[in-house]
Amino acid sequence: MFVSVGFWAATVRMATPLIFGTIGELICERAGVLNLGIEGIMTFGAMIAWMWVYQGGDLWTAVAVAAGCGAAWGLLHAIFSVYLGLSQHVTGIGITLLASSLSYFSFRLLLPDVSTPPKIQPFESIAIPGLSEIPVLGEALFTQTALTYLALATVPLCWYVLYRTPLGLAVRMVGENPMAAASQGLDVLAIRAGAVCTGSALMSMGGAFLTISVFDAFYFEMINGRGWICIALVIFASWRPGKALFGALLFAAFDALQIRVQQASSTLIPYQFFLMLPYVLSIVALIIMSRKAAYPKALLVPFRRGER
Amino acid sequence: MRLEPRTEATFWLRAMAPILAVMVALALCGFLILWAGAPLLEAYAALARGALGSRFALSETLTRATPLIFTGLAVAVAFRAKLWNIGGEGQLYAGALAATWVGTGAIDLPAYLMIPVIFSAAAVAGGLLLLLPTVLKIRLKVDEVVTTLLLNFVVLLFVNYLLFGPWKDPLSMGWPQAAPVVDSGLLPNLVDRTRLHFGFVAGLAAAVAVWVVMRFTHWGFEIRAVGLNTPAAVFAGIPVNATVVRTALLSGGLAACAGVTEVCGTKGYLTLDISPGFGYTGIAVAMLAGLHPLAVVVSAIFVAAIYNGADSMSRAVGISNYLADVMTAVALLAVLVSSLLVQYRIRRG
Repeated sequence: MFVSVGFWAATVRMATPLIFGTIGELICERAGVLNLGIEGIMTFGAMIAWMWVYQGGDLWTAVAVAAGCGAAWGLLHAIFSVYLGLSQHVTGIGITLLASSLSYFSFRLLLPDVSTPPKIQPFESIAIPGLSEIPVLGEALFTQTALTYLALATVPLCWYVLYRTPLGLAVRMVGENPMAAASQGLDVLAIRAGAVCTGSALMSMGGAFLTISVFDAFYFEMINGRGWICIALVIFASWRPGKALFGALLFAAFDALQIRVQQASSTLIPYQFFLMLPYVLSIVALIIMSRKAAYPKALLVPFRRGER
Repeated sequence: MRLEPRTEATFWLRAMAPILAVMVALALCGFLILWAGAPLLEAYAALARGALGSRFALSETLTRATPLIFTGLAVAVAFRAKLWNIGGEGQLYAGALAATWVGTGAIDLPAYLMIPVIFSAAAVAGGLLLLLPTVLKIRLKVDEVVTTLLLNFVVLLFVNYLLFGPWKDPLSMGWPQAAPVVDSGLLPNLVDRTRLHFGFVAGLAAAVAVWVVMRFTHWGFEIRAVGLNTPAAVFAGIPVNATVVRTALLSGGLAACAGVTEVCGTKGYLTLDISPGFGYTGIAVAMLAGLHPLAVVVSAIFVAAIYNGADSMSRAVGISNYLADVMTAVALLAVLVSSLLVQYRIRRG
């Protein structure tokens, strides 16, 4: 099983939305903001990207629209949690409830009487010449769709910006010690808001991947807790982009394995227990990693100018 | 313009801020009705009629408010102690499982004993379910937001397994549902020819009991102290971990009672859809109520009215009833902003 191309290709494919979501959440949390809006923002990204293509739009514009809408949700989150300093937990849950219900409402409004979800022509996979001819690993990694390559490229980019640029230093600083950042003349609120918008745009693209790359339709409840799993993965990765990629791939590998074992042994163990595995695994991963988790020091702490 | 902390907020300000916020939220959702191309006034009129316009509508609203009172109380108690229990949905189903197990043949007692036994069994199940994330939080610093959220999915899949597998009622014509609860376990009807059942009275009693505990007892004081300022609570000698565990048992138990009201009251048997997200909506209910146990009753009835109103509005003017979810979410965010008005005053310059 572990040498089959199909298994590894499925792993990379299933990891893609998790990579987008985890890197997005990581950027928010590095700036000190827990974004519980992720589940709803991913749902909205999935809906809007699909709807854009269904209404005759182009696939890449759909990705851009999803990212833009994600950033807008991020801005709303930032107005509440950063500028007004309201509870990040409640803001995030509120955004998730609003973004997902608005997605369903809009979907129903634009397509009132459809029972089977209509389909679109999704992204096609691109085999990268040369690299895709490497047996197994090359075939698995380099015959994916464009959005998967984009997700894989996001990780080193995120690492480079966070650790090698003044902007990244500023983001990490407002997440660790906003007072010190403010005394350096940095605009703490603007940096946090920017990080939340950027992270939310990535989450939304993760949702878009599901509807316009891996599947070709939008289903209700299709995000199915992936956003919450991303939040667990950020803690698992101790807020580091490289480990986040590793976590997402590991997690997706278990998920791909789970589906294959489930198909092989469906009579022995009921399938519901296999479907529980991703959630149970996330909890187990949290238990293993949480003891030494180095939270960004100012995570969940609102910053108000002139207040200690 | 800047915000200046208020030293004191009058009762009227505290009461009016959320009401104002809800008005703003309902008005904002008018844009969605206009987008859907429906006549605005007619839509709101249909909403009000469907929510409270007749004896039947009113009874349906109170029936729907019943589980929301319990899940709202669960969140109000937990959030007061800054225990972020987002697992109300899972705890509700844990309670429903316990109610089904006890109520479909495990024991049979006269109704005056059976109903308390069912409620207690469910409360224990819900409390234990929340105990796991709480112990992980206390002992291993595992974030309870994520664990409670993830457990919702695990519990729902477990219910799915039972209803398609060992618990499936052979007389249910193939539908995934459990055997009906025995007659002595059913919550009695309150009003003839409506679905309103004893669960609503139980919800009111629970709200009063939680209010008394939170306001007048040692335990309630400890819960509030831990939430307001944990270091100070430690300094004052409050056993913080024990308090958090007590809060978790209370909160999980309350959410589980919502499962009982649905299984033994509204439906009579367990299905996969006894809760259209009551656990999550409970968060909105509790926040609208400012985490006050008695106000939870009012806000649960209000939210239930929106849901039932939206159902009849969707029939009358053809707008998807997902509008109710949107309205509740907008109201939650609006109330969150209005809480600033209570804490701060806006000063120019």
